[in-house]
Amino acid sequence: MNLILESVLYYPFMRRALVAGVLLSLCCALLGVNLVLKRYSMIGDGLSHVGFGALALAMALGLAPLAVAIPVVIVAAFLLLRLNSTAKIKGDSAIALISTSALAMGVMAVSMSSGMNMDILNYMFGSILAMTKADVVLSICLCVCVLVLFVVFYNRMFSVTFDEAFAQASGVRVNVYNMLLAVLTAVTIVLGMRMMGAMLISSLIIFPALTAMRLCKNYRAVVVTSAVISVVCFLIGLFISYIAATPTGASIVLVNLAAFIAASIAARLLKRG
Amino acid sequence: MKATLIQCSDLGFSYENRMVCEQINLNMNEGDYLCVVGQNGSGKSTFIKGLVGLKAPAKGKIDFCGMTRSDIGYLPQQTVAQKDFPASVQEVVLSGTRALFYGAKEKRLAKEKMEQMEIADLADRSFRDLSGGQQQRVLLARALCAAKKLLVLDEPATGLDPIVTEQMYELIAQQNQQYGMSVVMVSHDVSSALWYADHILHLENSMRFFGTTEQYLETSYAAQLLGGGVR
Repeated sequence: MNLILESVLYYPFMRRALVAGVLLSLCCALLGVNLVLKRYSMIGDGLSHVGFGALALAMALGLAPLAVAIPVVIVAAFLLLRLNSTAKIKGDSAIALISTSALAMGVMAVSMSSGMNMDILNYMFGSILAMTKADVVLSICLCVCVLVLFVVFYNRMFSVTFDEAFAQASGVRVNVYNMLLAVLTAVTIVLGMRMMGAMLISSLIIFPALTAMRLCKNYRAVVVTSAVISVVCFLIGLFISYIAATPTGASIVLVNLAAFIAASIAARLLKRG
Repeated sequence: MKATLIQCSDLGFSYENRMVCEQINLNMNEGDYLCVVGQNGSGKSTFIKGLVGLKAPAKGKIDFCGMTRSDIGYLPQQTVAQKDFPASVQEVVLSGTRALFYGAKEKRLAKEKMEQMEIADLADRSFRDLSGGQQQRVLLARALCAAKKLLVLDEPATGLDPIVTEQMYELIAQQNQQYGMSVVMVSHDVSSALWYADHILHLENSMRFFGTTEQYLETSYAAQLLGGGVR
């Protein structure tokens, strides 16, 4: 085990993936609890498709990928939140509309700029090699923001998630919290999708929260458990992918799936027993 | 002479330029129990949303006479997401104190309100495992943590069986009579409204009546809504 650990840490790209991955898993889990409970799970999925489109477009035009993708995805997050609240088109169809359009644009951009078949695969399903030093620094900043939000404004987050109408009536600026949630989710997704892949990143947001909700009965426990599950599943997935040479993103998602199934069975057994 | 709590003058609300309720003129005093009645879609809930600041008036104004937003406790209609929300009863009630961090003061307040609602023994239970009636009591306890002067309730008895509904109304009446809490309640259950409230606001997209319950009983609206006698 020690030997594997040492050899893993020997490669700079693995060290970067490890640090950024742990931090992003933590962010995904914390944000995910609120997104899932607010019935916004699909927003994560929609945003990752938009992120893919933006990244592909940036590459085709020769622009810096993150500088394009992050603002575009933040705008998309605002749009989706607004659509959800005003609802001329229902939230779920709006997400499908936006995400497939963005995906199509991304595919177009890639196919028009020749010889990028490998890149498209990397964006769709992620690559452990994709994490740069800048990504790691951004991940650390993001993680600090998310942690501050959850430690300092923990009670506000609960109030806004549990009952928006009540929170707003008692003077909490609900829109500010929703926007913060949207911006942080957007940045998390753009950073995470390079490693996890655009098709797979949303699972990191949804799975840990759902698994924790199977096991825990109160909000505090759900938040903490979700964070722990997310980080542990990430580490297990990363090591499996290193040892068995399997795709990183897919390995992590499957570990999360296994944890979810185990938690569901455990919850059912506990209820019966 | 009781102090004035709320004054509405020519108050009106609209959705996309369509007025849903208007010409509301009323005067509510401290300690009053006001019930808002009317058919479905008559603007009752909109009026309540305006009262707690969730919707800006399209015309007219509400004067709170020195009362601030933080003196009002609100019990909204339950959302679908709440039904399976993993939160303990204590967490939900505490969130009514709107403190950034919960200290001894907040915990004492929450405990006191849970005892008043007779749910102190449920403190560590999960909200999603409770019956509909218990859930409403939890949400009422939360609203009471926030309410210093006024309790605003939007159909608090929706989906509850008759016995539990009765208990809910009794708890609200107790807050009004015993603790001097002013109450504004929307209800489609007119006979109970007339039984407990001392003032009635009748909306049919515009204000049809505002006054005491005794006065209301003499109007033709009361007979229409009740479709028979008062118990």
